[in-house]
Amino acid sequence: MNPETLPNEPIKLTPKDFVSGQDVRWCPGCGDYSILSQMQKALADVGLPREKFVFVSGIGCAARFPYYMNTYGFHTIHGRAPAIATGLKCANPDLSVWVITGDGDGLSIGGNHLIHCIRRNLDLNILLFNNKIYGLTKGQYSPTSEFGKKTKSSPDGSIEHPINPLCIAIAAEATFVARSIDVYTQHLVETIKRAAAHKGTSFVEIYQNCIVFNDKAFGDVTDRAVRDDRILVLEHGKPMRFGKNKEFGIRLKGLQPEVVKVDEVGEKALLVHNEQDPEPNLAYLLTQMQNPDFPVPIGVFRFVERPTYDGMLNQKVTELIQQQGEGNLEEVLRGPATWTVK
Amino acid sequence: MVRGAPRGTQGSTNEEDSDPHARAVSKKTRQGIDRIVVRFAGDSGDGMQLAGMQFTDTTALVGNDLSTFPSFPAEIRAPAGTLPGVSGFQIHFSDEDIKTPGDEPNVLVVMNPAALRVNLSDLPEGGVIIANRDTFTENNLDKAGYKENPLTDGSLSKYRVISLPISTLNAEAVKDIPELTRAQADRCKNFFALGIMFWLYDRPLDYTLQWIREKFSKMPSVAQANEKALKGGYTFAIATEQLPVQYHVNPAPIEPGLYRNITGNEAVAVGLIAAAKLTGKTVFYGSYPITPASDILHELSRYKNFHVKTFQAEDEIAAVSAAIGASFAGQLGVTGTSGPGFALKAEAINLAVMTELPLIVMDIQRGGPSTGLPTKTEQADLLQAFAGRNSESPVAIVAAATPGDCFYMILEAVRIAITYMTPVVFLSDGYLASGSEPWKIPKVSELPKFHIVHWTASEGFYPYLRDPKTLARPWVIPGTPGLEHRIGGLEKSDVTGNVSYDPLNHQKMTELRAKKIAGIAETIPDLEIFGKEEGELLVVGWGSTYGAIYAAVDRVQKKGRSVSAIHLRYLNPFPRNLGEVLRRFKKILVPEGNLGQLLLLLRGKYLVEATGLHKVQGRPFQIREIEQKIEEMLRWR
Repeated sequence: MNPETLPNEPIKLTPKDFVSGQDVRWCPGCGDYSILSQMQKALADVGLPREKFVFVSGIGCAARFPYYMNTYGFHTIHGRAPAIATGLKCANPDLSVWVITGDGDGLSIGGNHLIHCIRRNLDLNILLFNNKIYGLTKGQYSPTSEFGKKTKSSPDGSIEHPINPLCIAIAAEATFVARSIDVYTQHLVETIKRAAAHKGTSFVEIYQNCIVFNDKAFGDVTDRAVRDDRILVLEHGKPMRFGKNKEFGIRLKGLQPEVVKVDEVGEKALLVHNEQDPEPNLAYLLTQMQNPDFPVPIGVFRFVERPTYDGMLNQKVTELIQQQGEGNLEEVLRGPATWTVK
Repeated sequence: MVRGAPRGTQGSTNEEDSDPHARAVSKKTRQGIDRIVVRFAGDSGDGMQLAGMQFTDTTALVGNDLSTFPSFPAEIRAPAGTLPGVSGFQIHFSDEDIKTPGDEPNVLVVMNPAALRVNLSDLPEGGVIIANRDTFTENNLDKAGYKENPLTDGSLSKYRVISLPISTLNAEAVKDIPELTRAQADRCKNFFALGIMFWLYDRPLDYTLQWIREKFSKMPSVAQANEKALKGGYTFAIATEQLPVQYHVNPAPIEPGLYRNITGNEAVAVGLIAAAKLTGKTVFYGSYPITPASDILHELSRYKNFHVKTFQAEDEIAAVSAAIGASFAGQLGVTGTSGPGFALKAEAINLAVMTELPLIVMDIQRGGPSTGLPTKTEQADLLQAFAGRNSESPVAIVAAATPGDCFYMILEAVRIAITYMTPVVFLSDGYLASGSEPWKIPKVSELPKFHIVHWTASEGFYPYLRDPKTLARPWVIPGTPGLEHRIGGLEKSDVTGNVSYDPLNHQKMTELRAKKIAGIAETIPDLEIFGKEEGELLVVGWGSTYGAIYAAVDRVQKKGRSVSAIHLRYLNPFPRNLGEVLRRFKKILVPEGNLGQLLLLLRGKYLVEATGLHKVQGRPFQIREIEQKIEEMLRWR
């Protein structure tokens, strides 16, 4: 976002300003309702007028999201939203571009575009709603479904090893990587705001429940009874502690993390979260922590700076015009050599 | 060159199969000839394309009309000396108007035995072979499949063979240059051969000398070597008794003006750069490298100060998708590819059909299906352009007739896309893409003007409100206050653009999309007929067959027969008068580089009898092939 093009007066908007008025057609109880509502809350505080936001989606339940936001929106084709958003952002870098995708759209049919958008570090935000199932096609296993999952297309249990979205993002050297949960409303609002503020590709995985085809998709970690023991909330500069009374912690043992009791090892022995570590190794390690051996981390895994693709592209255009002036069409028409016929 | 009637309809278009060398005399003399076809052939590492292009540029500068046709293998460097590694470059130049690179060469320059073997069947009896005899070693002969040396065994007695020790002469010419490796020295032999050809056809060395100095400015020894090789070849040619005649081709009577030589791909790139200027828009070019379209990406990536942004995407789908994103942002989204990539883009093109966004999709066709013949030409993607997407998916289609025409037709594609808010497919092919011709440089003031209006008023705005004349919907730039709206691939309700599954609305919208494309015909020029307005036979062409068809029709017309031609540069919709023109002729012939795709469309739409002439050999039509078919059809009354 170019600061010179921002309005002088701070924009005061409310979540309601972002409600499009279209009938929302997700199943009652779908996790997407909460994500929509947290997005509307978060954008009200971003400080940009509504017309500067563009939501781009592919295909799937999550992809209906743009219709419900009172901003510009483009509901495109399966898996290609990051590519369309790339052209959009390069052509108009003043827009705040949001890609809404799911585990099928983003990691199966659109996996290629996701990786390349992230590695180029386009200045846009990708929210991947992960419900570990194909919802809109009514219940087939997805690339994030757990091994052995019984679905309509895997009656004997899936024989596919699941893909880990954050692991992919970190392997592509994403500059902003985060995870949140549909029902962690305040955490989700804050995560979205941080994504909005980051210059570069912000990749956010959101655990989202599919009440019809994969209810309690993440119930093993998000159920109220267990969540304190099974979720590790990452905070920059703070030791990694979890549990009802923060009695557990994460310590590094060789190249592996391990769960320890804080009163046995002391807080100083714990890993301290550094989201700005230029090396992605620890962030990668965190993505590997899964229930039941480990608590599942949420929050910002990685937040580093790297020049953006659209920024560099547009800078080159500006620089070249400064150095050589606006192009002279007559010269181009003439080409390297001419002759005159009389 | 094909704006309206073809050039040279008043003068003569003499492309008879004569051999000017037959008139050679025994002592060294200078002789005028009207036209000549030279083919340079060698190993793909021998620099034949470069030699051919240098010869072309100089030939253009001396004012001949010309047409070129390079041919190169799909392998970057097939094993040296083998048949698959042979690369060729053919140039036809004349003191008259010409339209094709020539049916067959008069002179074949071969740098090794494989080049001779691959090209000999194209050389007519009495043709001239200039061979680098140093490469006709046992090993190279074996690689080319020769048991005996054809230069000495008498098997070439039907031709005039000029056997020269080019490698040795070249090595001698560059031997005193310090710091030159043996490999670098040997690599100059193409310029030695070029020097010989420059003398033989009386061309000046200046342009190529200048080119060498600029190209190798950072490698002075290489520059010096190439210069010595070129001059060495030239002076050798003056001295040798093996070349008794120097030929001279006068400048052609070309329409006055400022000219350059241009290939089809260059013309496309220049057209898009012009489009950025003329529309005041950024051209966003999303592309994935593919033969024979990649040169457009290379060329455009050098013009950022013209507001041309290039994006080398991760795949063909991302390339078109990013272009659609740029169009949605209010800029000119363009993507370019060849047949296989065009197939991959189909779903995204339909997104632009449904969301009614301007988009230019360029298909530089090549032989297929599948990977096919990557470096060879074909015209077999017309039906893919027409109907290669799911459901009712009307798009505009234009096709260039000559390399220079690519410039004008890409501007037409831009005009249609932004006027009608639609994808436009631009068809070129391998022959146009790398073939070249002299091109009269247009004045900027004579180029079309584009006035783009983006809707900004919040009152009365609906995303699918239509312009009553063009049926185009408003183009709103995201960022415009008060016009926030959503578009997408789901069916839209008429006017409001809201998602709609209503049965009658779908029928209405499907018909509206078709009607919008059909309405483009109102703004495209009527066909001009080459020849009589009615008669016995009409030859109908599209795309790169223009040169061969018009030259063939011209020849038969000169024999007093009733044959006319039309050339389609707009394939969807067709020009308004097409049906009526077709009905004025008793017979219709449709030559095309496929098995009858335009033929199918013409028969289907106009219910006319028509005969096809099909060539799918990875090579363009020869004039003679079409001429023979015309005469055959005129015989069966």
